[in-house]
Amino acid sequence: MLLETFMPVLLPLVSAILVLLARSGGLGLQRIISLLAVLILIIVNLNAMQIAVQLPPQVYALGNWIAPFGIVMVLDELSATLVLLTSVLALAALWYAVRQKIDGKGAHFHVLFHLQLFGLNGAFMTGDVFNLFVFFEVLLLASYGLLLHGGGRLKTRAGLHYVALNLVGSTLFLFAVGALYGILGTLNLADMAFKITQLSPEDQGVVASAGLMLLLVFGIKAAMFPLYLWLPQAYANTSAPVAALFAIMTKVGLYAIIRIHGTLFSDQAGELANIHIPWVLWLGLVTLLLAALGAMASRNLREQVAYLVLASVATLLIGIGINSVSAMSATIFYMLHSTLIAGAMFLIADWIRQGRGDVQDQFIRAHAMPNAILVGSLFMIGAIAMTGLPPLSGFIGKLLILSSALTHPDFFWILGVILVSSLLLIISMARSGSLLFYNVLPKEECHTVDGKEVCETPKTMPLNGAVSVIGLLSAAIILVVFANPIHQFTDSVANQIFDSKTYQQQVLEVNMIANPLKELVE
Amino acid sequence: MEWLISIAIGVMTAAGVFLTLRARTFPVVLGLTLLAYAVNVFLFTMGRLNTGLPAVINDAQTQYADPLPQALVLTAIVIAFGMTAFLIVLALKARSELGNDHVDGVHLAKDEKSLGQTVPPKKATKSAGGEL
Repeated sequence: MLLETFMPVLLPLVSAILVLLARSGGLGLQRIISLLAVLILIIVNLNAMQIAVQLPPQVYALGNWIAPFGIVMVLDELSATLVLLTSVLALAALWYAVRQKIDGKGAHFHVLFHLQLFGLNGAFMTGDVFNLFVFFEVLLLASYGLLLHGGGRLKTRAGLHYVALNLVGSTLFLFAVGALYGILGTLNLADMAFKITQLSPEDQGVVASAGLMLLLVFGIKAAMFPLYLWLPQAYANTSAPVAALFAIMTKVGLYAIIRIHGTLFSDQAGELANIHIPWVLWLGLVTLLLAALGAMASRNLREQVAYLVLASVATLLIGIGINSVSAMSATIFYMLHSTLIAGAMFLIADWIRQGRGDVQDQFIRAHAMPNAILVGSLFMIGAIAMTGLPPLSGFIGKLLILSSALTHPDFFWILGVILVSSLLLIISMARSGSLLFYNVLPKEECHTVDGKEVCETPKTMPLNGAVSVIGLLSAAIILVVFANPIHQFTDSVANQIFDSKTYQQQVLEVNMIANPLKELVE
Repeated sequence: MEWLISIAIGVMTAAGVFLTLRARTFPVVLGLTLLAYAVNVFLFTMGRLNTGLPAVINDAQTQYADPLPQALVLTAIVIAFGMTAFLIVLALKARSELGNDHVDGVHLAKDEKSLGQTVPPKKATKSAGGEL
């Protein structure tokens, strides 16, 4: 039982090392190990999910040091959901990278990929704030490598901005953690939440400012206004499978807001209860509006999809900002949907880029691409899901968020901004879809230069990695067909998030594991 | 001693922020390094300032220094060191690929094209400085 709690973190680290050792066996061996490892990770995460649903939060004390003195890994429904979501997305991204041979464009793609999963899963499962910082650094360092993988001018430029910004974020994180430790004297999340309830009034200001500084840090990760400017360039210029995997990266910031702020500044926190909520709500609304405008103004498809990711993040921020169980349930539902569909959209955008020759994926009238009917249909399904039109899952997710907003005092603003920005997104996607697939020049007639036939657009295009795209898009249908059981599940996740008492009890009352070999040691 | 340390942290942070906002990569790297120094000292003082106290608890000792911030600082130093090394290499790569050491690199018409400006589609031309 305990091992299963820890496996989602341990497995990617082991597989990263294995893939590195398999380097002499060639890329083929690395690919097999890498794909197998992600498949096993999905099975392990399904198992972890089963445990999380059946039992209260499970705690693993690293090195047998009990909380609050040691570091704990906590497996509850929220973290199990996110590690499972990550591994499913990772499988699709990895398969696409293998089929399109993107992993061969530079060294160590698979190693970085698994280290990225290690950092992500660790961040989702840790119950210690400083350990969260360490896992953030692990996932960031791996993401720097993946972002720059394959090389290129624009990648380097976007990467430099991304790295510098995240280093500033890490520094702020340390300032905030240091200040919290200075006042509360602990780094364990559950223990911190307990200490905050007994805080003396003169210390409240420091804790509040440290808490809001943490919000700033997570805001950088989640791409919250005004800290989102790095996202469109970074996501638009990296390779497609990496961009697809990065659809989960912004969710790490959101997860951290739910977990850290939701636990520390819960309703029990007295004066400090919910200090982050108005910030999250209003900044979410501004982000959503700007993301919609950004999608309208995008000059190429990948940039537009990056703004769609930003729009989904903003919608999730609003869901967190409404601060009720039903809104949190809707947020989790929308998170499942938006992560998988955004991943699919990045892959489709990459196909379109390949099929249009020199103009790539920019919004210019060009010759029709090969396989336009298939790619166009998939694009349409993805766009419908992403913008939240019925009958696909985006509609249900947005509907749940909107219906939970009705009881909120500021429901007028929430409904207005979400609906207006949805309309803008629909217009921009319809515009780009018709430009890419309908309003095209006639099929190009290739001309002969020096006895060789030269075409600007490729004549045929192998749609490698179609399994990934169709698999990810099928989530939009699965989430609709099984909407009721999934919504019941997200309800239970949301209930567990708001039940911070049980979380604290489980973490702080965990017992040491008895050592069966004690006699041998002594 | 407290005011001395707090002034030191404040000056380092201010200098770090100033340098991080510069437009060339080398001052940015220096600025981030200074910020990392400042935060390390800050973390260290969060265990409270005291002198001559042991970090390891024994029965004879009534007071002891908090060992946790020291462990945190160690971790933070290692991470900041690794990140700075990475950033320097990235800055060098950017210098060679982007043509100069400005954080945004040299402005090339080629980049604008691939960002999707309305230029007619044609074969990529090899412009100076673009193929370093």
